[in-house]
Amino acid sequence: MMNKTSERPNMHLHLKIWRQLNAAAPGKFVSYEKENVSPDMSFLEMLDELNEHLIKTGGDPVAFDSDCREGICGMCGLVINGQAHGPRRATTTCQLHMRSFNDGDTITIEPWRAKAFPVVRDLVVDRSAFDRIIQAGGYVSVNAGNAQDANALPISKYNSDLAMDAASCIGCGACVAACPNASASLFTSAKVSQLALLPQGLVERKERAINMVSQMDLEGFGDCSNYGECEAACPKEISISNIARMKREYVRAALTSA
Amino acid sequence: MLPFLTAVKSSVGKKFLMAITGLFWVFFLIVHLAGNLALLSGNGDFYNKYSHFLMSLGELLYVMEFLLLAFILTHIFSGVSVALGKMRARPQNYDVQKDLGGKSRKTVSASTMIYSGLLLLIFLVVHISHFKYQVGVDREYFTIINGTRMHDLYQLVYDAFGNLWYMLGYEVIMILVFSHLRHGFWSAFQSLGINHPRWSPVINTLGVVLASVIGFGFLILPLYIHFIGGR
Repeated sequence: MMNKTSERPNMHLHLKIWRQLNAAAPGKFVSYEKENVSPDMSFLEMLDELNEHLIKTGGDPVAFDSDCREGICGMCGLVINGQAHGPRRATTTCQLHMRSFNDGDTITIEPWRAKAFPVVRDLVVDRSAFDRIIQAGGYVSVNAGNAQDANALPISKYNSDLAMDAASCIGCGACVAACPNASASLFTSAKVSQLALLPQGLVERKERAINMVSQMDLEGFGDCSNYGECEAACPKEISISNIARMKREYVRAALTSA
Repeated sequence: MLPFLTAVKSSVGKKFLMAITGLFWVFFLIVHLAGNLALLSGNGDFYNKYSHFLMSLGELLYVMEFLLLAFILTHIFSGVSVALGKMRARPQNYDVQKDLGGKSRKTVSASTMIYSGLLLLIFLVVHISHFKYQVGVDREYFTIINGTRMHDLYQLVYDAFGNLWYMLGYEVIMILVFSHLRHGFWSAFQSLGINHPRWSPVINTLGVVLASVIGFGFLILPLYIHFIGGR
């Protein structure tokens, strides 16, 4: 903290953080003053420092999710000044640095807000709705026995790239948080796409599209109005062309499934 | 096959229906605008003959009217359902909200679809009751076309747009038509699952062009009638 590598001086920030004891309790914003914030800190380090201070002074630390802190696990996620994962595009909250803010800024920090993502405490939400969508169809059948010969299944470079793009979804939920309708279409479509694009995924193709969309609807997410805020908020820049693919998969399955 | 009701009640099916019905109405608006260009003729018989032609279609006209009604009801139903679902899915809103920009397509026109849509619905009721059923019209408009006594629609339209406030009210609605189609057209293709690296930019541009042609086409007609036209 004392090690200043940036040329910018440390900052004084006004934080406005959503505090909520549990899903049932009503929440409210609490203001905190945070002094001596280095521009080189990550956003979560800044919150860690705030929590250390709160613990030392007998306060209640702010609950928030994080795990890898290198932008690949999908655990962290805060709505910072009205934007999921904050002001930098293609960046998770843990990879956001305080140099994106200015001295004297007021920063409002809220949890993902969606009925399907109930608040567990403060900024932590329950994203198990995503797990249930995956369980509904995000798997492939694999024949038992010896491993297949390598390259026995030819896959075009084009399709493998598209599948890989879809598979880069880390399931953070920023798409739901950013969507004005709180729709989970981008997440679900990425998971449908990564399998629908590959031969291994074709066995359960129809059941997958119908079951995952049905589960998504059942969880209480909103409908897709094609705002495209999800793609703009996605730290992995997943394209809404995946949503179109999910729709094709669904319509195809609806018309042809047994 | 998935049961029809299950499919259309799903989030995908709902928007699929909205897209199909919306695109059908876009097609209708293009035909409607093309027909209305006859209003530009100083000779009222020209427009009334077009009107007479439509009336002479007989059952075909009823089929078209039935389709338009059924499709707009479906469109409204799915649109209202999406708007209500939005409130259900996010009961507690954000304190601070900032659009993300970048690849987002959340334009003003996209965020106001439900409002422009509902205002257009009110307009549609007024529009049809005025020009088709002549509700609230205190004099009779008649003319003889091809030996048939029929409504003098041309004069009715010219008299209506002769009123400055009526004309201006219409213009506001036509801006809403532009706005609704600006997001609606490309969005319909996305909802149908049509998204292609080469063709999507074309569809988006076509949407802007169509929204402009239809919106401003219908906007120019009342202006022309009010300021330039007239017998």
